[in-house]
Amino acid sequence: MTEWDPSQPILEIENLSISFFTRLREIPAVMDFSCTVMAGESMGLVGESGCGKSTVALAVMRDLGRNGRITGGSIRFKGRDLTHMSDRDLRHIRGSEIAMIYQEPMASLNPAMRVGEQLAEVPMIHRNMGHADAMALARQIISDVRLPDPDRILRAYPHQLSGGQQQRIVIAMALMARPALLILDEPTTALDVTVEAGIVDLVKDLGAKYGTSMLFISHNLGLILDVCDRLCVMYSGEAVETGNVAQVFDRMRHPYTQALFRSIPLPGANKNDRPLIAIPGNFPLPHERPKGCNFGPRCDYFLKGRCDAAAVPMALLPDQLRHETRCLRWGEIDWAAPPKVGRVTEKLAPGRLVLKLEDLRKYYAVSSGAFGGGAEQVVKANESLSFEARENETLAIVGESGCGKSTLAKVLMGLETATDGQIMLFDENVQDTPIQARNPDMVSKLQMVFQNPFDTLNPSMTVGRQIIRALEIFRQGTSDADRVERMLTLLDMVKLPRAFADRMPRQLSGGQKQRVGIARAFAGGAKIVVADEPVSALDVSVQAAVADLLMDIQRENHTTLLFISHDLSIVRYLSDRVMVMYLGHVVELGTTDQVFSPPYHPYTEALLSAVPIADTRVKKRRIVLEGDIPSAMNPPPGCPFQTRCRWKTQVPGGLCERELPPVKVMADGHQIKCHLSDDLLQGMEPVITIAAE
Amino acid sequence: MDPLTWPLILAKMAVQFLPVWIALGLTFALSWHYRRRLGLYGKLFASSVGMIGFAIVMFWVFTALFADLIATHDPLAQLSGMKNALPGTPVKGAEGTWYLLGGDNLARDVFSRMVMGARRVLIIAPAATVIAFMVGITLGLPAGYFGGKIDTGLSFIANLVLAFPVILLFYLLVTPEIRVTGIPTILAAVLFLFPVIFVAVLLNSRYFTNPARRNLYVGASLALGLWAYSGLAFNRDPTGLWSMDPNMLNVFVSVVFVNAPTVFRIVRGIVLDLKSRDYVAAGQTRGEGPWYIMLWEILPNARGPLIVDFCLRIGYTTILLGTLGFFGLGVSPESADWGSTIDDGRRLLAIYPHPAVVPALALMSLVLGLNLLADGLREESMRD
Amino acid sequence: MLFFILRRSGVMLLTALALTFIVFFMTNLTPNLEKLAKSEASVRMSDDQVASWLDSHGFTRPLLARYGEWLGVVPGWTHTDASGRVTGRCIAPDRTTEAAPARCGVLQGEWGQSTVFKRPVSEILARSLGHTGWLMLWVMLVMVPTALLIGVLSGMREGTTTDRVLSTFAIATTATPEYVSGVILIVLFGSATAGISPILAEWGWISGRTLFQGTATSAMDKITFWNFGLPVITIALYGIGYIARMTRASMTEVMTQQYIRTARLKGVSFGQIIVKHALRNALIAPFTVIMLQFPWLLNGVVIVETLFNYKGFGWTLVQAASNNDIQMLLACSVVAVLVVLVTQLISDIGYVFLNPRIRLS
Repeated sequence: MTEWDPSQPILEIENLSISFFTRLREIPAVMDFSCTVMAGESMGLVGESGCGKSTVALAVMRDLGRNGRITGGSIRFKGRDLTHMSDRDLRHIRGSEIAMIYQEPMASLNPAMRVGEQLAEVPMIHRNMGHADAMALARQIISDVRLPDPDRILRAYPHQLSGGQQQRIVIAMALMARPALLILDEPTTALDVTVEAGIVDLVKDLGAKYGTSMLFISHNLGLILDVCDRLCVMYSGEAVETGNVAQVFDRMRHPYTQALFRSIPLPGANKNDRPLIAIPGNFPLPHERPKGCNFGPRCDYFLKGRCDAAAVPMALLPDQLRHETRCLRWGEIDWAAPPKVGRVTEKLAPGRLVLKLEDLRKYYAVSSGAFGGGAEQVVKANESLSFEARENETLAIVGESGCGKSTLAKVLMGLETATDGQIMLFDENVQDTPIQARNPDMVSKLQMVFQNPFDTLNPSMTVGRQIIRALEIFRQGTSDADRVERMLTLLDMVKLPRAFADRMPRQLSGGQKQRVGIARAFAGGAKIVVADEPVSALDVSVQAAVADLLMDIQRENHTTLLFISHDLSIVRYLSDRVMVMYLGHVVELGTTDQVFSPPYHPYTEALLSAVPIADTRVKKRRIVLEGDIPSAMNPPPGCPFQTRCRWKTQVPGGLCERELPPVKVMADGHQIKCHLSDDLLQGMEPVITIAAE
Repeated sequence: MDPLTWPLILAKMAVQFLPVWIALGLTFALSWHYRRRLGLYGKLFASSVGMIGFAIVMFWVFTALFADLIATHDPLAQLSGMKNALPGTPVKGAEGTWYLLGGDNLARDVFSRMVMGARRVLIIAPAATVIAFMVGITLGLPAGYFGGKIDTGLSFIANLVLAFPVILLFYLLVTPEIRVTGIPTILAAVLFLFPVIFVAVLLNSRYFTNPARRNLYVGASLALGLWAYSGLAFNRDPTGLWSMDPNMLNVFVSVVFVNAPTVFRIVRGIVLDLKSRDYVAAGQTRGEGPWYIMLWEILPNARGPLIVDFCLRIGYTTILLGTLGFFGLGVSPESADWGSTIDDGRRLLAIYPHPAVVPALALMSLVLGLNLLADGLREESMRD
Repeated sequence: MLFFILRRSGVMLLTALALTFIVFFMTNLTPNLEKLAKSEASVRMSDDQVASWLDSHGFTRPLLARYGEWLGVVPGWTHTDASGRVTGRCIAPDRTTEAAPARCGVLQGEWGQSTVFKRPVSEILARSLGHTGWLMLWVMLVMVPTALLIGVLSGMREGTTTDRVLSTFAIATTATPEYVSGVILIVLFGSATAGISPILAEWGWISGRTLFQGTATSAMDKITFWNFGLPVITIALYGIGYIARMTRASMTEVMTQQYIRTARLKGVSFGQIIVKHALRNALIAPFTVIMLQFPWLLNGVVIVETLFNYKGFGWTLVQAASNNDIQMLLACSVVAVLVVLVTQLISDIGYVFLNPRIRLS
């Protein structure tokens, strides 16, 4: 191999264009993309789904599949052009010089091969290492990625590890050959936030330790701020802005970047007086891109005749910081001007009590073992839940996987009946009434919005038909014609064109499907709506619009919204009260302000610290939880959080390991389930502080 | 007259099939023209495998339809001097006619028997497959959806039937002695009830919110269904419109009986997969009944694999019918059924291959067409 | 694990009981018994004579009792005729009335007497199973490796010409039932007047009149390539297509998995990816299919043995069924059911062992 000068870029992509070829047409996925990664630098690629960021990564690995082809430009790695490299040479580079980590850790590991073998394979291929040496190296790297008991893990099959451990193994595998460049494609998206924080820390430390350059792909601006030095914002197959992270975050020079930041809930945004500003319109389909600037049709600064005249080139800004933007008007726009505030709305006062849960429990019996034998185990999905919700109120239910929030939703809806405790819905006790036994009026008043937009609508029924069916079953409308009219009104309410009534769900985008789901839920004039992560599967720019739609409908209908989410940013933005759950228990409950400021439950504290925030002004205390969330099948004794709690030593006598903590009422309506003394709780410092401007 | 040479035989056969060529041409021209608007069926025309399969299948469908026009002789007529005649032998005494594909050992025209045989297969196989699907779906949906005891019980019965070697089952079910005992009628009474139940439940679950309309639809479908049921299962249709030859009923019922458990297993598997979807949960939280969710939320979304399996299953049923014929079960000796013709022909196979080879190739091409069609459909339905 | 096998064995036993009872019921229907009486005694019997024949042969006892007799849990019937001669289920020609045991059923290892072959069922069954065993063995040896090879080769690079050719071959073989492929193969290779044999004979390349033999009767004494080739290929062909398609589907699915991409991006060569990463995962599903093929093979065996006149299990089954040989049929169905159930059990256990995900989760 020829010598490579470390002061030169390690990866240099120039005017890269990639297309996918289908039977009908050529679909350009990436156009005229350039970026440079220097040695030891970490570069972030950010953009919404379909913007081509993963395609760039795969092009660097030259693994575009049979339909994908590089149609122009060059990718130089350590000075050598990858686009014209032979398969043989590529194999030498893959895994040894460039390694890649992607989203689904479970899917990235071979299920039928022991972890140790999969790790050892890398040096055996690239360094002709013997099996024993390779295993020894694997063992060392496993301890490098901070996994306990490396010997056991070497012998384990992937499915025997938790999601977080699997991702650490994938990282270990990437590091086995000490690559010069590491490509990470949404490495933490499939993980819980507290686990994500650990992985992000690990990646940063290892990058610094081995001097590895990184190409970090994410849709999450907060993560990029945490991990990267430089950043490239992509939109519809093009890089629209490149620069240092701080530069781009604070002095963005592209309207898309600006719009993106205005649509994500940062601290300070508020649903009443500082609402988010959604980006109008839709992402253009790859074969329907506009002439000129791709972002033009959705841009506030669009000038007809200029922005849509010809393809816009990247322009280098004169700040000497390699800051580039793909905007013709960057010099004319007043970037400091505050956003046009849409409309300020009044906060609604909470009305009458509509839902009251007392000491609700839900246990499941499951059998374990591959052959159906084994002892029956009880999963305590919900333990002694007590809370209430009022008209007009948004109550957020926050927690990570396995915390029991979905079970709670099922019990509320009547899909399951409670094991114990009481649910008072309006004026009726419904804990023992399954949904079949509830009358249509009751059912229509309590409805649900689902998480996955691709799953929430029946794929083989038109949008209109699905809403009409809801109207029929809720006994709304007097005739077919009346119901059609009501259906169209519902489409108006969720701001969808009436023509959508005849469309099939596959013709709709994710956000549009979610709107249909909302319309369907409100078909019978729902009074309580359980929204199970309604925006978490949507792109950030769409999230704002859907969240605001929910808020609008709530204001009009005086709905009670139970907003289930793991995303604390959006919770802070739109909820009035917050309930934090962990392993089936409510660990903290209070108004949004109470929960987001000290005193915290130790779990809330860690959760707040783990959530990445895309704001350079925010200073966070870093609290990284050890280990993974215990299984609900086998919860720890005593306090459910004791296995990961950093405050545990502050409680004398090992109380946390023995006894379930009592509910402490801190202030008006603020409850914490913790053994910590009041002094300690009151003395907690805020996790997030915003530097003065 | 001299015997025909092979090119001439082929040419003359091509002429006999003229109605089929015209119908095929029309079908393809129309389908190709409107393929963008025809959903999955239209997409079939993007796959060459699927198109070839469809062409072969339609060839046999049209052959069965126009069999009277295509056949050159009465398939049962035994003409003197034509015993085991070689392909292309001119018929003695009738100027200008030939046994295009020769004569069998009873001096009947092999070509005409093959053409007529298509008719029998293409009536029984699709109809039996449809009934088997109705039974399999009606039982598979609740087994997968509810699980528990229903599932255990139904799965046990399905596995029981599947554990039977098919041929043993046929030998036990399809004999003249069994017909005397009325067991086929009892089986028919059970199996034919499923389509009626299926349609009634389908309509009821959809329209129960509007009782007037529900009563009309369910009533009409029940009246029509029970009318056909009385005729087909018990041969007691007062008007005589619906009836089935007891021999045919016996074969039909056994074929349904063998196929239904497999359909049951497929449907059950798909339901287990689909019932965790959010739109199913949405239906449940809306207070829909279980049958609406099974029939209107789950079933339409299972149509891809089911359509593919439907094509494969018609092919498999064709093979089963051939097997029955091969063992001489449930067919009259006169019948032009492909399976029994192969069985007849194989006795002199080493000397006169043509009486057996012709129906063998016919059966193979039909099943091949169905398999190719299924493959094309599978490929195209996965492209979405 | 032990619990699983016990439970499965219980279900198997239940299934076997249910199935044999159904066979028992169907073969003991009145019309069948009358037919049996006439074929055993005299075709020209009057109805009264038939009735008394049935009575004297224990066929008028309740169905369940007779099923119990067959199982060996109920004492066998005895009948004393007018002359005082005692006949009975357990009184065989070589056993005196006194020495005869009370029960003689399957549990005692007595399978009864075949009415068609006039020999003990166990003897006939053992001989025919022996013949079929050889046939099955050769079928498996030909079918499984060929099918897996075709499946893996076409599945590892989806959409290539190799894939298209092999897939079409697989589809064609699944469309050809044994009674069709058998006929065609015989015509092509085993006919003195058609196919390639006459040509080869003319050229003097083969000494006999045909290349392969059109019957397998001689294979019962000595198996040769020429007398066994056609029946083995006929059965194998149908199975090859099916297994190959399953393997291909499984292989193509595995090849699109993320971990294959991981391996590729680790720098593993294509051959190594197939051998080390893809094969084990891709063969899990076909393994089940292969095991479940046994019952299907049984079908093929029946057809092929009839077609090639090879007196194995299938041939015996057909003879027994077409003559309502009750004892023989029951024994055949027990064997068939056992084959089906045991292969199901093996496939379930094997699946769990091949798939580490299930074993330990």
